[in-house]
Amino acid sequence: MKFGIVVFPGSNCDRDVAYVTKSLLNQPTRMVWHQETDISDIDVVVLPGGFSYGDYLRCGAIAQFSPVMQQVVEHAKQGKFVLGICNGFQVLTEAGLLPGALVRNRDLHFICDRVPIKVKRTDLPWTSAYTAGQVLTLPIAHGEGRYYADADTLKALEDNGQVLFHYCTLTGETDDTGNPNGSLNNIAGICDRTGRVLGMMPHPERASDPLLGGTDGIKLFQGLLAKLADETLSSLSLAK
Amino acid sequence: MIHKYQARIYVTLRPSVLDPAGVAVESGLKQLSYDNVEQVRIGKYIELMISAANEETAHEQLDRICDQLLANPVIENYRFDLVEVAALMGALS
Repeated sequence: MKFGIVVFPGSNCDRDVAYVTKSLLNQPTRMVWHQETDISDIDVVVLPGGFSYGDYLRCGAIAQFSPVMQQVVEHAKQGKFVLGICNGFQVLTEAGLLPGALVRNRDLHFICDRVPIKVKRTDLPWTSAYTAGQVLTLPIAHGEGRYYADADTLKALEDNGQVLFHYCTLTGETDDTGNPNGSLNNIAGICDRTGRVLGMMPHPERASDPLLGGTDGIKLFQGLLAKLADETLSSLSLAK
Repeated sequence: MIHKYQARIYVTLRPSVLDPAGVAVESGLKQLSYDNVEQVRIGKYIELMISAANEETAHEQLDRICDQLLANPVIENYRFDLVEVAALMGALS
């Protein structure tokens, strides 16, 4: 599976993701400059963390109009996979690929920490290597990560099973004490209606190499790869 | 004839969105004993110059500009004032 990692001016987690997909998982990976207009060779697009365009105006606001973003929207329309991590999640909401918005943390602090994250459902490729209700430890690093959406949108997200990750306590309670930034419904990661576009504030790529003290993040990539391999196999056998 | 306008744009958080920065500033004001102050909300102020055939056209274009980029309708409201700064004759340009 070929990964394409979009590099906006100000992205700073792009190489961390490439290290995971290329060096740890041995997948073909290329960096995609934000001016590119052909990404048809890519299977999984990753919008990495960082501060695209200096986060001027609003986080992700200017990045959404990068030439490459039209291609990312097209990529998503074709039912291909898109992962937005941190700033990438913000870009996906600004671009309208995911509902809601990420606003200033409740307590105004930039939070750089490792926090417990609870996996809500595991029947999607992104979370297929986890168990339902599993509590992961993943790094977060953001100043504007408080998920906001109006009440109707929140209800629709929960009803449709679009919330994949919740902030929680060490014991898995999704209450206020387990909510680092004040996200509504403790939301840490959501997908679109198709389940193929995922946005999350936690950084799975920073919890993939054991040297960094945790490996709960790499299973997100491994689960996706395993499911994609299955899909390819079944489509090959259908073609026969 | 082309008219030039200065747009003064105010972007504010929608009332339903918590504004922790506003709350922090409000507590600062309370520290200064301004106990009669409440509901501090922090927004953005943007100025830009825009050329258009008339004010109506400028207004329509600014609406689009605000909806597309300057404000995020999910979390923000906007309003703006237009002030004509100069009426330039087409012949001069």
